[in-house]
Amino acid sequence: MLELKNVSYVAQTENGDKEIIKDVSFTINEKFTCLTGPNGGGKSTLAKIIMGIITPTSGKIYFDGQDITNLSITERAKIGISFAFQQPVRFKGITVSDLINYAGGRKLKVSEICEYLSEVGLCAREYVNREVNASLSGGELKRIEIATTMARGAKLSVFDEPEAGIDLWSFTSLIKVFEKLRDKMGGSLLIISHQERILNIADRIIVVSNGQITGDGKPSEVMNSLFLQRNCKVLDEGVNG
Amino acid sequence: MKPLSALEKQLLSTIADIETIPTGAFNIREDGKLKQRNTTANIDIVSKQDKQGIDIIVKPNTKNERVDIPVIITKTGLTDLVYNDFYIGENADVLIVAGCGIHNPGCQTAQHDGIHTFHVGKNAKVKYLERHYGEGDGNGENVLNPTTVIEIDEGGYLEMETTQIKGVDSTVRVTNAVLKDKATLVIREKVMTHGKQFAETHFTVDLNGEDSSAHVVSRSVAKDDSHQVFNSLVNGNNKCNGHTECDAIIMNNGTVSAIPRINANCVDASLIHEAAIGKIAGEQLVKLMSLGLTEKQAEEEIVNGFLK
Repeated sequence: MLELKNVSYVAQTENGDKEIIKDVSFTINEKFTCLTGPNGGGKSTLAKIIMGIITPTSGKIYFDGQDITNLSITERAKIGISFAFQQPVRFKGITVSDLINYAGGRKLKVSEICEYLSEVGLCAREYVNREVNASLSGGELKRIEIATTMARGAKLSVFDEPEAGIDLWSFTSLIKVFEKLRDKMGGSLLIISHQERILNIADRIIVVSNGQITGDGKPSEVMNSLFLQRNCKVLDEGVNG
Repeated sequence: MKPLSALEKQLLSTIADIETIPTGAFNIREDGKLKQRNTTANIDIVSKQDKQGIDIIVKPNTKNERVDIPVIITKTGLTDLVYNDFYIGENADVLIVAGCGIHNPGCQTAQHDGIHTFHVGKNAKVKYLERHYGEGDGNGENVLNPTTVIEIDEGGYLEMETTQIKGVDSTVRVTNAVLKDKATLVIREKVMTHGKQFAETHFTVDLNGEDSSAHVVSRSVAKDDSHQVFNSLVNGNNKCNGHTECDAIIMNNGTVSAIPRINANCVDASLIHEAAIGKIAGEQLVKLMSLGLTEKQAEEEIVNGFLK
C-alpha cells in the first residue's frame, strides 16, 4: 500500500547540511505498523515526508502503486492519507466541529461529531462549539486531533506520537481507539510511538535510528533488542547530561 | 405599506438579517430619506427638527425589546449625513441593530456618515450591533465614516459589535466613550479590507468611574493592497480595569498599523494592551490541507473563522 524507495532528506541548517533520512526503503501492507526509535532519529521527518509536508531530497514514494512523490499535501489527503500532528495546531475562531467537518469532507450531524469526541474521552457537548485555540490544554488538543483523524476515515492514518501529552487519559482508551480504527474503519495505521503498550499491539515495528532503519519485524522479534537499545540510549543521555 | 424590492431585501438582510418588515420598533432610511418607521409602547422614534436624524427613546425598565435602524443607499453620488441619538432609560435591556448597506450603481462616490450618540441610563443594558457592507456595479467609491459617542451612567452596560466585511472603500471610524461608576463597555470590531481599501479606527475610552471597565477588541484582515490603522486610547482615571487588543492578519500586500495606548492616571487603574499582526501561520494552512482542503480553501476558512 505504501512504499518508500531510497528516500533521503538533507536539511539545511546553520551548521551546514545535515542528513536526516539516509536512503530509507520500506513497504507497508500491514494494518498496524509502529515506527519507533530514539528521539531525533528521523521518525517525524519520515511521517511528514509521507504526508507531503516535507519534500525528500531524493527517492520515491508510492501509495497503492501510484507515484505520489510530487503530489501536494491536499492531493495526498484526497487519495486517502491522513496525519495527526504531534503538536496540534491552534486556530482563532475555528471550532472543534469545524475541524471535524473539514475532516469528514461534509457537514456532519452533531450526533456524529459527538460520537467521535466521545471515542477520545471528551464530553462532547462541552467541546462541539469550542474554538480550537489557546484556551484548550495540550491534552484536549491532542484528543481533538485524534478525533479529527478518526473522522477522516482514511486508507492510511499516520499518527505522530499520539500518546504525548495525554497523560491523564488512560492508555487503554487510546489503544481501544486504534483497535477500532484498524478493525472497523478498514484503514491502516502508521503510528510513531515510544509506548510499549502501543508497540505490543502492532502487527509490525520498524525501528528508525540516526536516519536509518535499524530494526524491522513483529513485536515479538523486535521488542527485546529494542529495549536493550533504548536502555543504552537512556544511559548515554544520563552520562552525557 | 409598500413591500421591499429585491435589492432592498438583499441589502437589509446583509446588514440586519431583515428580509421582511420587522415587527418591533424600527426606522428604515433609504437614499437620505425616511422609508418606513414603527414605534412601540416602550420605544419611541422621533425625527430631529434641526438636522437629519432621529432620536430613539427607550423608556426606563423596557426589557427584551429590539430596535432596527438600517440605512441603505442605492444611488450613486449621494452623501448622507445623519445624527442619531439613543436615550436608554434606567434598567432597560435592549438590542439595537444598525447598519449601512450601499449598492452603488454608478461611478460617483456614495457616502454615509452616521453620528450616533448613546446615553445609557443607570443600570441599563444595551447590545448594539452595527454592520457595514458595500457593493456596486460601477467604479464609484463607497465611503462610510461612523462616529459613535457613548456615555454610560452608573452600573450601565454597553456592548458594541461592529462588522465591516466587504466593499467599503474608505472608512474612518471614531468612537469616544465616557464611563461612570461601575459602568462597563465591551467593543468588538471586525474589519476585512481588500483591493485598495482603507480603514482607520480611533477608540478613546475614559474610565472616569470607580470600578468601571472597558474591553476593546479588534480583529482584522487586510488583503490585497489594502491598509488599516488601529488606534486605541484607554484612560484609567479612577479605580478601573481596561483592556485593549488588536489582532490582525495581513495577506498579499496588505498593511496594518496598530497604535494602542493606555494611560493610568490613578494608582488603582489596571490597564492592559495587546497587539499582534502577522500573516496566516504556515502550520495552520498545512493542518487544513492535510484534511483535504486546497491552500486557497484553507486560507478562506482561517479568515472566516478569525472574523466569525
